[in-house]
Amino acid sequence: MTLLQFDRLTVAVSGRPVLRRVTLDVAAGEAVGLVGESGSGKSMTVRSVMRLLPAGATVGGTVRFDGADVGALDAAGLRRMRSRDVAMVFQDPRAVVNPVRTVGDFLTEVLRDQGTGRSEATRRAAAALSEVGVGDAMRRLQQRPYELSGGLLQRVVIAAALLTGPRLILADEPTTALDTTTQEEVVAILAEQRRLRGTTLMFITHDLELAAAVCDRIAVMYAGEIVEILPAARLHSDARHPYTRALLGSRPGAVAPGERLRTVPGVPQSALTAPPGCVFADRCPHAEARCRDVRPVFTGSAACHLLEVL
Amino acid sequence: MTGFVLRRLAGVVTTVAVASVVIFGALYLAPGDPASLLAGGNQPDPAALAAIRERHHLDDPFPVQYWHWLSGLLSGDPGVSLVLREPVTALIGARIGTTLLLVAYAAVLILTLGVATGVLAAVGGRRVDRALTVLTTVLMAAPAFVAAILLIWLFATTLSWFPVFGSGTGFADRIHHLTLPALALSGGYVAYVSRITRSEVRAELAADHVAAARGRGLPRWTVLRRHVLRNAAPPIVAVSGVTVAGLFAATAVAEQAFGVAGLGSLLVQSAARQDLIVVQALSLLLVTVFVVVNMLVDVLNATLDPRLAKEGAP
Repeated sequence: MTLLQFDRLTVAVSGRPVLRRVTLDVAAGEAVGLVGESGSGKSMTVRSVMRLLPAGATVGGTVRFDGADVGALDAAGLRRMRSRDVAMVFQDPRAVVNPVRTVGDFLTEVLRDQGTGRSEATRRAAAALSEVGVGDAMRRLQQRPYELSGGLLQRVVIAAALLTGPRLILADEPTTALDTTTQEEVVAILAEQRRLRGTTLMFITHDLELAAAVCDRIAVMYAGEIVEILPAARLHSDARHPYTRALLGSRPGAVAPGERLRTVPGVPQSALTAPPGCVFADRCPHAEARCRDVRPVFTGSAACHLLEVL
Repeated sequence: MTGFVLRRLAGVVTTVAVASVVIFGALYLAPGDPASLLAGGNQPDPAALAAIRERHHLDDPFPVQYWHWLSGLLSGDPGVSLVLREPVTALIGARIGTTLLLVAYAAVLILTLGVATGVLAAVGGRRVDRALTVLTTVLMAAPAFVAAILLIWLFATTLSWFPVFGSGTGFADRIHHLTLPALALSGGYVAYVSRITRSEVRAELAADHVAAARGRGLPRWTVLRRHVLRNAAPPIVAVSGVTVAGLFAATAVAEQAFGVAGLGSLLVQSAARQDLIVVQALSLLLVTVFVVVNMLVDVLNATLDPRLAKEGAP
């Protein structure tokens, strides 16, 4: 069953395109990774599910959650979806947790708004903290964000996301702001908890290996478009789009130790400056004349004119 | 937190001590001979002058005079007015109630109107914002004495809603009498607090944690109250605190303009008749009130945001 469906989603902010005809189906219980360079539209894609786009954004196409058009929800419907059905884990926990309120306030406020009693909300918050591996939960609830480390605070954010029992979790680079040693722990907790609960996950990351480890399918984005979608298990064997291959080729593990790391030649393109044909044509080592003029249609698993050739 | 309060308290004592030296020293150095003023006549008898100097310790060196003055203040007897021949405590006691009421009235106006219009300007859309910007600009540009004249002309002489003069008796009558002075006094400060509130609320509205709170499906009003206003409060409270503390001195103009017998008008009149003892006592009282109110604001802010109470925080 499809829980989340992007159908030719096009977003422009102040007239500048940021997403172009993003089409993607996410099944209930599935984990989909969105990978791509900075500015490729990953965050905009998940934010459009929550209608958390910047002011002045215009949206074309539709996002459907559980069959309902998100763009057509009224204020009450949108609030219900945000507080009950979909939860978001952001990049920097320091920025998204109110610095002057306690961790307990942060964890319980949505439950309290939904009508849960104070002691029941506190009990559930403490339980959620324990589930994400935060010890001494009752004391943590009294503390304020600045008293917690980044890794601990991100666990609090994950606990808050799990607390309302959402059907979909949107994780926008949840480990980028953390130091390397805590990154793995935090991702492992998120992946484990969502698997236990059967929650659907959209996971944004720059890290292909991480996406492959956490997710069932990977969608590769470039310049506001999805250029390839493939099962995580077959990422290395089946990647066919030149951009996905270039990304795979520029991982540190792709070359022998001591050798110079490979990069994707050229500079990342934004949706604004994308050429009329294939968005990757300017940087593609295989590009032909038709690549620059004719936009490739997404067929099968990728949007590329040269799928048969490569 | 206890350490923070103690440190602030020590700061208050130090500030008041330094201020007392400055106040006493400034008036000690000021031109004019208190003895001849006390003698009253045009051609005072030298023997009488010497007696006065003796009685008021005017020939003692500065530290001794200062000590006499300070010990008098600390024992609750700042002395007797040189001109009115009344104890300073009685002069202040008779007027402090009126001034406190006026300051409280103006403070309520400043906080409610200032914060309310500031929040409205920040969240009410472009037109409301523009209208309030024009209004606050006018209010800021109009000094209290101009506002006083306008208010008297409109509400006292033309409409006859409020009295022109006096302090009134009984609570309701006093409030009635103090309405125009409080309005004249608060106008510019309302605009000031309104502007500060607007910019602080705007800054918070753009914060990531506010977007995240919206993304968690919290109602608009809850987000505004618990995440925007709560976080914008410390700077607004700090500015309002300084403003309200400064009101005690600023009452001088409003009290003079409306003939209200309060501490402000007493200070102006005493300075005009060179009544040094009253001026010294009042000045020190105003400084003390100012620093104490500021300390209370600091402590309130530290409870709103405990990070402020940490060692080394500004």
